[in-house]
Amino acid sequence: MIERFVLSGTGGQGVITAAIILAESALYHTEYNAVQTQVYGPEARGGSARSDVIIADREILFPKVLEPNVLVCLSQMAYDRYCSLVRPGGVVITDPHYVKRWQHASSRHVEVPLHDTAMRELGSTQAINICLLGALVRLIPIVPLDGVRDVVSRRFPERFRAANSAALDLGAGLVQESVTTF
Amino acid sequence: MNASAQKPDRTRVRFLQGNEVCAEAALYAGMRYFAGYPITPSTEIAERLAERLPQVGGSFMQMEDEIGSICAVIGASLAGTKSMTATSGPGFSLMQEAIGYAVMAEIPCVIVDVQRGGPSTGLPTHASQGDVMQVRYGTHGDHSIVCLTASNHQDLFGIVVDAFNFSEIFRTPAVVLIDEVVGHMREAVDVPAPGELDLTERLLTDVPRDVDYHPYAPREDDRLPMSNFGGVHRYNVTGLVHDMWGFPSEKPTIVNDLIHHLYLKLENRKRMLTRWREWSLDDAEIVLISYGSSARSARHIMENRRSVGVPIGMIELQTLWPFPSELIRARCRNAEYVVVVEMNMGQIVHEVKRAVDRPERVFLSNRVDGEMITPTDIKHLIRVIQGKGV
Repeated sequence: MIERFVLSGTGGQGVITAAIILAESALYHTEYNAVQTQVYGPEARGGSARSDVIIADREILFPKVLEPNVLVCLSQMAYDRYCSLVRPGGVVITDPHYVKRWQHASSRHVEVPLHDTAMRELGSTQAINICLLGALVRLIPIVPLDGVRDVVSRRFPERFRAANSAALDLGAGLVQESVTTF
Repeated sequence: MNASAQKPDRTRVRFLQGNEVCAEAALYAGMRYFAGYPITPSTEIAERLAERLPQVGGSFMQMEDEIGSICAVIGASLAGTKSMTATSGPGFSLMQEAIGYAVMAEIPCVIVDVQRGGPSTGLPTHASQGDVMQVRYGTHGDHSIVCLTASNHQDLFGIVVDAFNFSEIFRTPAVVLIDEVVGHMREAVDVPAPGELDLTERLLTDVPRDVDYHPYAPREDDRLPMSNFGGVHRYNVTGLVHDMWGFPSEKPTIVNDLIHHLYLKLENRKRMLTRWREWSLDDAEIVLISYGSSARSARHIMENRRSVGVPIGMIELQTLWPFPSELIRARCRNAEYVVVVEMNMGQIVHEVKRAVDRPERVFLSNRVDGEMITPTDIKHLIRVIQGKGV
């Protein structure tokens, strides 16, 4: 078993933090190994952000993802740049608020309205990356949702715990069923 | 031989960046003074130590530049504290003069160089292994130096501890040379319990106060017992060629002995200093030699080709300097081809060519565009060498 994720978007959305949490959750709450890398740009906000996560039942040697099974894009620029990398049979996850999709025959496309739901239910997109994690692990059930909850609660200060937990459930609620990518 | 393949013990495993591993391993080794000037991609080392050192009674100083950083580290070490700095290529260039001083004055210190693309300010956030020769020859004059590297976080932890140990044993600067990929990557590391890894503490002189102390008279094993500067003994420390009291000398026999001592104290002890890993060499017709993050790609393709029956093996070097030429010569004796995998225009490949018989067997698989070399890049070169085309 090997699952290769690319999480991409705009700097400041928290996709890199989400990638770290995903990998850490896999390490602590499954029997799998996990490696996370990221593409660094000089910008902190507003530029493009991309992080790769590999979760596997064996030692992970080459740590970068060249062809993801799972691609998450929270910006049009990221989608246009990375969409063609997805392996045949893989899945592309986008938010229609950020990404206007084009057709792709060899991969499945799942649209999750993270932005609009977060604005409506939470009043801001501050926790959009946590919503994303909820949706992601519901869609690709490689890590238990409560494993992610545990890592999220330990990563951020106590006062954010309830809000993050709600954001996680909100994201998970946006996905009805899981998909298989390999 | 292959500890990293084992499942980590989840009860004490931590998910860390390579830079954070450097910081934690240095604290484990007893480092209690860090002076540095943050630079991508090494910044997280300073960032973590700024938080962690005060917690363990150590000192963190952000200096005005890299020259100040290495000089402060040398001073702190001479006064008796295990000390470290961390930087990347541009800062490492600035440190060269003082590194030579530490070599000459025989002051232990550890320098982490997290390589990025160069020359000059180059590619701050991208991967490269272009500083290998700079570690060896960056500072002027005849000398040897210790340089260690690693490709995964478990090994990196041990390698940083080794760097401190070697630095203390031989009173030399020791360079931990990693690259952007290893520095920024996060993976599991099983943090050793206290006492699990051997630590070398400073060898202090037992010469009492007011008795003539010879700070630069090596023992038979080439070690020099130290006396914390500013403590009970008064002695001179200089970058000039010096006698056993540390005073400048131009006497040919003294010059000759000192240069030989500085060089041979390390070059004669490769057996002790060499760290490496090896896989499937017994019947290998193709031997890959790599180090740092490149070694991850090399091992990936080695395992992949083995699984389809290609007789391929691999050596991962963790000690780059002094270069383990005898090891390489012996391990490559029966190879048809030797492929050195590194992210530069060819640095370790020249050392390998010098080490082996029939150097025309040695090929370079490289990449210098700032992207990490991939297993496919290496596979293509192997196929070309075999006459199969890509």
